Amino acid sequence: MNAALRRVSAVVIAMFLVLMAAVTSVQFFQASSLNGDPRNVRNTYRENGRDRGPIVVAGAEIAFSQPVDDPYKFLRTYTQGPLYAPVTGYSSVVFGQSGIELAENSVLNGTSPSLWQQRLGDLVTGRQPQGGAVELTIDPAVQQAAYDALGDHEGAVVALDPRTGEVLALVSTPGFDPNVLAGHDTAAVNAAWQQLLNDPGKPLANRAIAGDTYAPGSTFKLIDVAAALSADAALTPDTRISAPDSITLPGSTATIANPAGERCDDGETATLATAFAKSCNTPFVQMALDLGADAIRDQADAFGFGDQLAIPLTVTPSRLGPIADEAALGQTAIGQRDVRVTPLQMAMVSSAIANDGVLMRPYLVATTRDANLTVVSKTSPSELSTPITPEVAATMTQLMEGVVTSGTGRRAQISGVQVAGKTGTAESGFDDGTARSNPHAWFTGFAPADDPQVAVAVLVVNGADPAAGDYTGGALAAPIARSVMAAALGSGS
Amino acid sequence: MVTVSQVTPRAGRWTELALLVPALAVGIYAYLQVGLAVNGAVPPDLLAFGLVTAAIALAVHVVLRLRAPYADQVLLPIVVALNGLGLAMIERVHLALQARENVPSWDVDPTRQMMWMAVGATACLAVLLLLRDHRTLRRYTWTFLAAGLFLLLLPLAPVIGKEINGSRLWIGVGPLSLQPAELAKICFAIFFAGYLVTHRDTLTLAGRKVLGMTFPRVRDLGPILFAWAISVGVLLFQRELGTSILLFGLFIAMLYVATERLSWVLIGGVLTIGGVLLLASRIGYIQARIDVWLHALDPDIYSRNPGGSGQIVSGLFGMASGGLMGTGWGEGYPQLTYSANADMIVPSLGEELGLTGLLAVLMLYLVFAQRGMRTAIGVRDGFGKLLGCGLAFIVALQCFVVVGGATRVIPLSGLTMPFLAAGGSSLLANWMILALLLRLSDGARRPGPEVEPALPRDPREPRASVAGAAG
Repeated sequence: MNAALRRVSAVVIAMFLVLMAAVTSVQFFQASSLNGDPRNVRNTYRENGRDRGPIVVAGAEIAFSQPVDDPYKFLRTYTQGPLYAPVTGYSSVVFGQSGIELAENSVLNGTSPSLWQQRLGDLVTGRQPQGGAVELTIDPAVQQAAYDALGDHEGAVVALDPRTGEVLALVSTPGFDPNVLAGHDTAAVNAAWQQLLNDPGKPLANRAIAGDTYAPGSTFKLIDVAAALSADAALTPDTRISAPDSITLPGSTATIANPAGERCDDGETATLATAFAKSCNTPFVQMALDLGADAIRDQADAFGFGDQLAIPLTVTPSRLGPIADEAALGQTAIGQRDVRVTPLQMAMVSSAIANDGVLMRPYLVATTRDANLTVVSKTSPSELSTPITPEVAATMTQLMEGVVTSGTGRRAQISGVQVAGKTGTAESGFDDGTARSNPHAWFTGFAPADDPQVAVAVLVVNGADPAAGDYTGGALAAPIARSVMAAALGSGS
Repeated sequence: MVTVSQVTPRAGRWTELALLVPALAVGIYAYLQVGLAVNGAVPPDLLAFGLVTAAIALAVHVVLRLRAPYADQVLLPIVVALNGLGLAMIERVHLALQARENVPSWDVDPTRQMMWMAVGATACLAVLLLLRDHRTLRRYTWTFLAAGLFLLLLPLAPVIGKEINGSRLWIGVGPLSLQPAELAKICFAIFFAGYLVTHRDTLTLAGRKVLGMTFPRVRDLGPILFAWAISVGVLLFQRELGTSILLFGLFIAMLYVATERLSWVLIGGVLTIGGVLLLASRIGYIQARIDVWLHALDPDIYSRNPGGSGQIVSGLFGMASGGLMGTGWGEGYPQLTYSANADMIVPSLGEELGLTGLLAVLMLYLVFAQRGMRTAIGVRDGFGKLLGCGLAFIVALQCFVVVGGATRVIPLSGLTMPFLAAGGSSLLANWMILALLLRLSDGARRPGPEVEPALPRDPREPRASVAGAAG
């Protein structure tokens, strides 16, 4: 019988080899297709069931995961949801991630290669894997000031530290509360999502950096002047330049007049300083026509137009459009036609002027840390480009001070602090064929002018109601910028 | 092939004691990890858990020292390790289910399972203490047939029989639910051994040669047809594929060992295929099982209710998400799979311990079965050989049916993984199998005066037994 017994033993071994092969097939060879199966809820649970690390602003957790008794194990919670939503984005079990939650997902969920040391430790100690922390550059006082100042307006604010590129505030209104998307009741989350999608205020759009871009209006004159000063060393604020009441665009019958049909100085010429402070249109149209489209485009590109930026949130590139002819160039010069920018882009223009012509790369993430709060990466400030020389930057600062001291931006004045800025009032219905909507109100600038610590851009979308009399960027956007800069200087000093 | 040498075998009890340390540690460590991962704290009953499992292991160990000092030293540690892992997984699933609003009916309290482990160990001790020589069992060959049939038929009895998930396999006695088929398989193993050792000559010698293979006479087909009828009956009346395959497979394996005739395996295979074909087309539930097996991921089959592939696919998803290294104790979602603590405990382990852990568990079973087969080779009498082979083969085949079902090698059935899965009758039966194998191995390895004089009475039973004893 022993020979048969040995054969049965061999059969038993063969049976187990089959089982081992089957198990290997399922857990190794079929694993990726099984894990990718949409019916496999384990993936969703696993992605969201991690002890996700916190997002930290000035030492306080603005987003964190708290343990709950359901299959997801952890509920993502935002302490000041609407205030920080444009930065944090959301982390939803139904709709995935956005914002920093998406951009820093691998750190927050603990899978980033930079956290290998911690993961090794977790493996040895058997501790539940924890995500890393992301510490932001946001200054809570500036963020709050920007959020409060925008109030019920539809708009956006970006504040940068011009010396480093740190993003001090990034606000978009109307916003949303990421807590409603982070819930585990999928029906409620779906309902909330539909409501946000159907909301005419487009609360999910991040107006500060992405999605819609906006005509910059007169704030684009900063680029005209930068190009002109760079091209002609003899040009000074006191140089008298052509400033007629209206100018006919070459190759067309269309004319461009100064804002509200006002006369700039004497109806013939004006000093550069006056034309800039009063934001006359005709001098800058003529300036761009004299310089040519290439000079304007090169200058805009030097300030970051067309760049694919990630701060690490993805930024929609700002653009000039094709500038097909001289007429288009004339309209481009005053920030109309096809020019579309993000508020971040305009803040970057001010930031470069403030920082002696050096544009620092904007960034939101100061440090990432592992679960033990050991720093695993730290963002060092880096230069993005040098769009203008220090001399041009100094002249432009002088011109921008004039705007705030005695020009269109007087409402951005802060007592005891010299503010430099530029207003803008952009026709927004210029090319959409339907009824004209209200213009966008803009302000961009920095303070203090002699030792810049904060650069801002403020946009109030369709906020300038011409029926309301004083409806310009100076009236609407400048006071918001003033609050934001004051908050930055208050906490900075 | 066989070297006859006279070596005094070591009893090996110290080896067993040394192996029990890591075996206990595996279970206790797993239990600790489950508590830490799920509740973030050391389980309050960790000490009790450790003490009870250690006490059970030590009790069996001590009795072995006294009553079966030459018994195989690896079997007990393997069983202790598997029991510990099973308890940890049952506790892990229990914690997850208790957190739900509606705790499903298949939830099992690990305390209950531990109680059954104690009952099983007690039965094991009783067998070791009462059964001094396995050959005693041969005297009760026909009694065991009666007992086996009685146990198999018990669930069909009117009052106590219970149907769960469409299978009529259980009896309810007060608060207890028992699966008598688990015990029936031992009875049948003993009966087959006793019957075959007596009738093997007839079944072996008579017959005619066809294509170089000796086929039995028609009138000798009686026993195999009887076994086949029982298996088909189980399938028909209790609607349980697993038990049916297990009983028939057991008989064929033992018949082959008894006769060394491959033709019996061939006939068995034909009868199996014939039975499946005959029944599959007639019985909806078997057809459904086969659909699920072949087309588990098909959306129609997946969402079919009842009889969908949701359970098996959920297990596959779990195993896939475990990958190579597993999620770790308490970090996966085994509770999503129906019966994750019993029929589907293997996918649960695959999910949390990964392919690595699951292969290690399968290795434990393989070693267990191989030590059983080795015992059968070493035992000196034909009855013992057949019994050892049968018992070891039951464990191996049951693993094959369970794991093969979960991984879609064969259709899924309702058998449970020996020693791992939640279920009292299964634990009790498998601890008794352990006891019988220990008793057999003690007989096989015990040096005695009868070693040399025991010349084989039967020329078919050569002196290999001596080598087996020496090994």
